[in-house]
Amino acid sequence: MDLILVNLIDGLVTGLLLFMLSAGLTLIFSMMGVLNFAHASFYMLGAYFAYQVSVYLGFWMGLLIAPPAVGLVGAMIERYGLRRVHQYGHVPELIFTFGLALLIEEAVQFIWGKDQIAYNIPEVLQFTAFSIAGNSIPAYKVFMIFISVAIFLALLFVLTRTRVGMIIQAALSYPRTVEALGHNVPLIFMGVFGVGTGLAGVAGVIAGPVLSTFPGMAVVLGSIVFVTIVIGGLGSLWGALVASLLIGWITTFAKSYNLRMEDLLTGIGFSRPEPIWDSAWADLWTLTSPQIADILPYLLMILILAFRPYGLFGKRDV
Amino acid sequence: MTATPGPPPALEIAGLKKSFGKAEIIRGVDLSIGAGERHAVIGPNGAGKSTLFNLITGRFPPSSGAIRLHGHDISGKAPFEINRMGLSRSFQITNIFPRMTVFENVRCSLLWAQGYRYSFWHMVNRSRDLNEGAEDILEQINLTERRDLPAGVLSYAEQRALEIGITIAGGANVIMLDEPTAGMSHSETDYIVNLIEKVTENKTLVMVEHDMGVVFGLADRISVLVYGEIIATGRPEEVRSNPKVQEAYLGAALEAEH
Amino acid sequence: MTEPDQKHTPPPARTPVRARPAPVTLANALPWILGGLFLLAMPFIFQSNSAITIMNQMAITIIFALSYNMLLGQGGMLSFGHAVYMGVGGFLCVHIMNWGDVFALMPLPVLPVFGGVFGMGLALIVGSFSTRKAGTIFAMISLGVGELIAACSVIIVAFFGGEEGISGDRTYGLPFFGVEFLHQIEVYYLTAFWLMLSALLMFLFSRTPIGRMANAVRDNPERAEFLGYSARWVRFYSFVAAGFFAGIAGGLFAINYEILTEENLNLATSGQILLVTFLGGVGFFFGPILGAILFTLLQTVLSLQTEIWQLYVGVLFLATVMYFPGGLAGVLMMHALPLRLGRAGLLVGPYIRTLVPAVVCALGAASAMEILFHLRHAALGESEMTLFWITFDSHAPLPLAIAAVAAVAGFWLARRSAPAMAEAWHKASTPHGGAA
Repeated sequence: MDLILVNLIDGLVTGLLLFMLSAGLTLIFSMMGVLNFAHASFYMLGAYFAYQVSVYLGFWMGLLIAPPAVGLVGAMIERYGLRRVHQYGHVPELIFTFGLALLIEEAVQFIWGKDQIAYNIPEVLQFTAFSIAGNSIPAYKVFMIFISVAIFLALLFVLTRTRVGMIIQAALSYPRTVEALGHNVPLIFMGVFGVGTGLAGVAGVIAGPVLSTFPGMAVVLGSIVFVTIVIGGLGSLWGALVASLLIGWITTFAKSYNLRMEDLLTGIGFSRPEPIWDSAWADLWTLTSPQIADILPYLLMILILAFRPYGLFGKRDV
Repeated sequence: MTATPGPPPALEIAGLKKSFGKAEIIRGVDLSIGAGERHAVIGPNGAGKSTLFNLITGRFPPSSGAIRLHGHDISGKAPFEINRMGLSRSFQITNIFPRMTVFENVRCSLLWAQGYRYSFWHMVNRSRDLNEGAEDILEQINLTERRDLPAGVLSYAEQRALEIGITIAGGANVIMLDEPTAGMSHSETDYIVNLIEKVTENKTLVMVEHDMGVVFGLADRISVLVYGEIIATGRPEEVRSNPKVQEAYLGAALEAEH
Repeated sequence: MTEPDQKHTPPPARTPVRARPAPVTLANALPWILGGLFLLAMPFIFQSNSAITIMNQMAITIIFALSYNMLLGQGGMLSFGHAVYMGVGGFLCVHIMNWGDVFALMPLPVLPVFGGVFGMGLALIVGSFSTRKAGTIFAMISLGVGELIAACSVIIVAFFGGEEGISGDRTYGLPFFGVEFLHQIEVYYLTAFWLMLSALLMFLFSRTPIGRMANAVRDNPERAEFLGYSARWVRFYSFVAAGFFAGIAGGLFAINYEILTEENLNLATSGQILLVTFLGGVGFFFGPILGAILFTLLQTVLSLQTEIWQLYVGVLFLATVMYFPGGLAGVLMMHALPLRLGRAGLLVGPYIRTLVPAVVCALGAASAMEILFHLRHAALGESEMTLFWITFDSHAPLPLAIAAVAAVAGFWLARRSAPAMAEAWHKASTPHGGAA
């Protein structure tokens, strides 16, 4: 029971982190029709910017300054890069964001080097918040949950209670109508791209200390974010939330409970071949759930695409 | 003497309805078009003419009702299936392959009709049937001199002519033209109308048109579509003098004409 | 369905413009003959073993890039997971190489076919659900499938060899006219043969009905449907064919390097071939060939000169996407019209005035980057660096200043000449006295 609670918390942390990334991505996709392949790269920039600021001004200033800085970079890229390519169509846009991801990774290596950098948890949070059956829950994890939920609530508030939010919600479903109503759509686009990437930046700022900050961190997370929004349904924020939490929990539980294929197969009635490494089916027999934990999201995505292409909550076809 | 059942009508629509969400666009259309007939569908903007076209040609499935092509049910079939059964359409907004040459555009339209299917063992350049067939079509639509230009650089009227050429190339015998003369000058319109007459000889023609001169000159029968329903069908003179039609639609246009 | 109605119009007078089925003319075949001769001659020009290795690498990348362009350029399908088809083809071939009884009866030149068939088989399975839609959804599926298979590779150790991959020995095949392929040069000619054959087949494919319709579906899927073709099936057959040729590239990789690892399946490799193909130009058949050659040179030669060569490639790629979406081939072919009109001479002056400052700017900016990189990342105490055969102290302000000035001045000069260049292009592309 206690282990379940620990895993729930861990999965929640991962899921909420994933949600911050996928929310921005699906928002950008809905509004502008472009799938930002470089989205995880802004997550990486968030971590690196925060690190750089924290070197001089401390972690908390990093948390405050880095996300808007990342958002600003994103907005500039939209204004001077993406907008140019927009006229050529969706495929060139996707290729552009792919090239952007490449360039950001190289630029990060150029400035900060190839090794992991010492972006650490602030001292004030370096304690154990509480323990569950001998497993200690670090205060920083609680902090991550707290920040993620706060951001989610802020997002909800802006989208449902403010005028800007209404416009964005309308544009999510009827972009042309919104333009016809006289709203400055290019400005809105720039703003949405900036906010979306800024959200990714926040995720980077808080995840950097635990998931380690290094030039490959975007690649590690990048594909999972796409998988998340496809499962949740392109364009649906609720879908992004549900899918993120789902993936967070599935991968955490799979890693934590060592379910072995061997047990499953012997349970059905097959007998284990001896010696195991000579058998042609050795891979199958030695399969454990931690091994496939990282693959499960992809399997889920393929299933969804094959049977329910709109995703769990999506309304729009791509 | 009992009447022998004739061949099924080229296109038959029965009880066709289409709603998008709550909006019912087509509210029950019945229409029967005989083989070789030239039929025009007219109506005010928003009447649902494009939707009707799209339903017949397979772009959307109907909400209810049936569409039959030469007696075979085609409702809900995919466009390529309907095309293979002998129905072809042109588009209101010119819909060609802008990056290919004019010749290539026409040649592609012949591929399926000549049985090439998904072949990867024929060279299209070497096929006499394909190339001569394409040349013939090009001559019919008078674009032989333009054959090697990318289709995207043609003038508007030339592109419309190419559009018609692509539509008839496959040998379909039910041709549906969506506003073929839209946006054309008087002389261009005459040219296109002559072209249409020439290439649709002995075929069934269904067209949506706004230009009344074209409609009355070309059509054997006219249907008037208003708010998703056909309020009158018949020969041009009958429709013209139908009071319902005059009231709903033709009134202003007629006065303008006379 | 009735035949095209030709019986009512009297047979038109045959105009001289009438096309006859195009025979294989010398003009058509010339590029291929030249290419073949070139391939034959290369080892005599560049004789060192490392040069041969580079050429092999280039050849394999060319086949892979051409197969990728069947999807992107010909079919309009952007795939982020094409590497898996090359990878699994390669893995199968290495396994065959290790299958002593069978391999001893097989002449090595035949091996890539098996790679091709296996790659095609995987493409058949994946394509059955991935080709329903083109565009973004196709890209996403390809990404997911690619990552899935790459991730599976560490689990299915029997086929993929886990962390170390699978290695084999190509010399245990049946000797082919006495050749056991012990030497790099022998492998080169085998690879060159397959390069010619694959390129020719892929070229011919683009001239078949399915190849033509792939172009049509790319440009206007809706219109293609109204020509009787299912856009979905056209994409499917293109996808399967691309998988076949990728598998052949994989087989050649196996022959050349005698080892395959997870790296051959992953997103980085898929992304790389996208970069290569796009840089070369997706709009022309020879584009990917140029891209593969250029990229291999950058990868092997430039990487020796500078540590930040990948940064330069990234900048080049992004610049290409934004300003030259036709790639290198597109830029080259832009000159075809002025050359045909005989007005290319108009371009020479503006080119000099714009390109020379632009090159100076690029070199200056690159130098500045190199100095900054050295300043930041060189080991402590190491302050000497070499750039363009000049050794200097990276901490001194002068070199950086020179580089910066060169960059800014070059940019400013190039910018100033740009309008004149644009005008020269316009003049060179319009016929004399003709309408613009």
